[in-house]
Amino acid sequence: MEKIKTIIAKEWAEVFRNRLVLFTVAFLPLIFVAMPLATLIAMNSVAGSDALGATAGVVDDNAEIMAFFGEQCRGLSEYDCTLVYTLNLFTLMFMILPVAIPVTIAAYSIVGEKTTHSLEPLLATPITTIELLVGKALAAIVPAILATWMAFGLYLLSARFMTTAEIFARLADPMWLIAIFVVGPLLTLLAVSFAIMVSSRVTDPRVAEQISTVVILPLILLLIGQSVGFILLSRELVLIIAGVLVLVDGLLLFFTVRLFERENILTRWRI
Amino acid sequence: MIKTENLTRKFGDNLAVDRLTLQIDQGEVFGFLGPNGAGKTTTVRMLASLIAPTAGQASVLGYQVGRDDQQIRRNVGILTETPGMYDRLSAWRNLTIYAKLYEVAAVERQVEKYLRMLGLWERRNDPAGSLSKGMRQKLAIARALLHEPRVLFLDEPTAGLDPEASRLVRDFIAELKGEGRTIFICTHNLDEADRLCDRVAVFKTRLRVVDTPARLRRQVYGRQVVIHLTETAESYLPVVKTLAQVQTAEAIDNKLLLAIETPEVDNPDIIRRLVTAGAGIQFVGELRHTLEDVYLQLIQEEAH
Repeated sequence: MEKIKTIIAKEWAEVFRNRLVLFTVAFLPLIFVAMPLATLIAMNSVAGSDALGATAGVVDDNAEIMAFFGEQCRGLSEYDCTLVYTLNLFTLMFMILPVAIPVTIAAYSIVGEKTTHSLEPLLATPITTIELLVGKALAAIVPAILATWMAFGLYLLSARFMTTAEIFARLADPMWLIAIFVVGPLLTLLAVSFAIMVSSRVTDPRVAEQISTVVILPLILLLIGQSVGFILLSRELVLIIAGVLVLVDGLLLFFTVRLFERENILTRWRI
Repeated sequence: MIKTENLTRKFGDNLAVDRLTLQIDQGEVFGFLGPNGAGKTTTVRMLASLIAPTAGQASVLGYQVGRDDQQIRRNVGILTETPGMYDRLSAWRNLTIYAKLYEVAAVERQVEKYLRMLGLWERRNDPAGSLSKGMRQKLAIARALLHEPRVLFLDEPTAGLDPEASRLVRDFIAELKGEGRTIFICTHNLDEADRLCDRVAVFKTRLRVVDTPARLRRQVYGRQVVIHLTETAESYLPVVKTLAQVQTAEAIDNKLLLAIETPEVDNPDIIRRLVTAGAGIQFVGELRHTLEDVYLQLIQEEAH
């Protein structure tokens, strides 16, 4: 455990001396907070002073609307339904945010050490492969998740004062809490494991970063699917995704450790 | 302390180390000499449990390579050929990280000890990337010593250093030798090997020869005495050639070059004969070939 902590501390000390990385971790989540809040302000101002309480005509009887928006709009007015739907698209981005932040850090983690010739002395210490990879992974995952959770908390807190209790209840729906606090970290673990696996197999940090970002693509598809109504996230679907991710993460971690071949990394790479 | 038996390493079809058998005792400074690509670094990597042998066996401090790898890594220090540092972090932070990874009990004390010992204490807060090449090399040596290993592998410890930095590193290795550590040095610097090593091995995929530098000189060149005369040496060649103890004799300008088995025994008689024959003697000394001469001779013999 001490060695894992040492690796995490080392990674953070190195990574956060790079101001651009620090900026990404600190300010990207703030931008993700600002976007939905700005949207909320804009929609409130367009709708006029009645907007916050606009409840005229619930959408429950409109089969077409219910088919598109699903349970998230039950009991809401058309306006509130649109507001919830729009804000939930941003909420979905909080699930993707912790994946976007650490991928480049993780992608650089092994190949970066190789290019700076610090990997061989590191592997010469009595650190095990699991300790090394867990340390590297946690160093990338933890700041991203903490930053995302803090940003999501800030967003919810702000939204509480800018919307009705009914709308807020939809934004803080258990489904979203599971998505942000369970699925988000599982997705992050998947992305980071994949990035570290790639990082231990390629010889160029740029290639590692490019390949690793591929993992974000399915999430963008999910976002697009949600926005056009092709996929509608429900509590059941989120739980299924979480279950599948647990399995995929387990497998990926296993392969990441298995594919970390110390010998090949030391002897076949020519930098 | 270090023992190998038919230690072999292949990379695909390429044989890097071929049936290396040697034994290195505790406290010995062992020089491992050979041209680029000879397999020296591969040997060190195997002995430091960084890569596994393809065949054969090796043990370090009684621990078996391939079986007790964690124990070996815990108990040996290694200066790699290109020792990378965490350039953004300070010298102190770099060493602290490694002290923790090596499970050192008193981290701060050990880090301070080696920073002071290697003259880096005043620069401890500077980023490693801002240090000169010599200082970085010293920092890398400190890193290899933090956990007080009984066996130390140094792969080209003075490569790329200026003469002053090289000397500092060399002097430090000499100090380590006094502490009774076993030191395995891969080097191209034959003068360095000559000064520091108790024994040297010439290695090119397989072990060519291993012995003390003095015995290798004798093995390759025999013992030679050079006698400086006051006049041309040519006329005195017949005098020395008749002597039974002189194996070969050569005259070069005013010098006689004689191959003799035991100069300390035979020199007085030879000098007496020359003086009797009318020679004026300026100096008498034993010709000392450098380890470089020996090494090049051995490598050339191998090429033929």
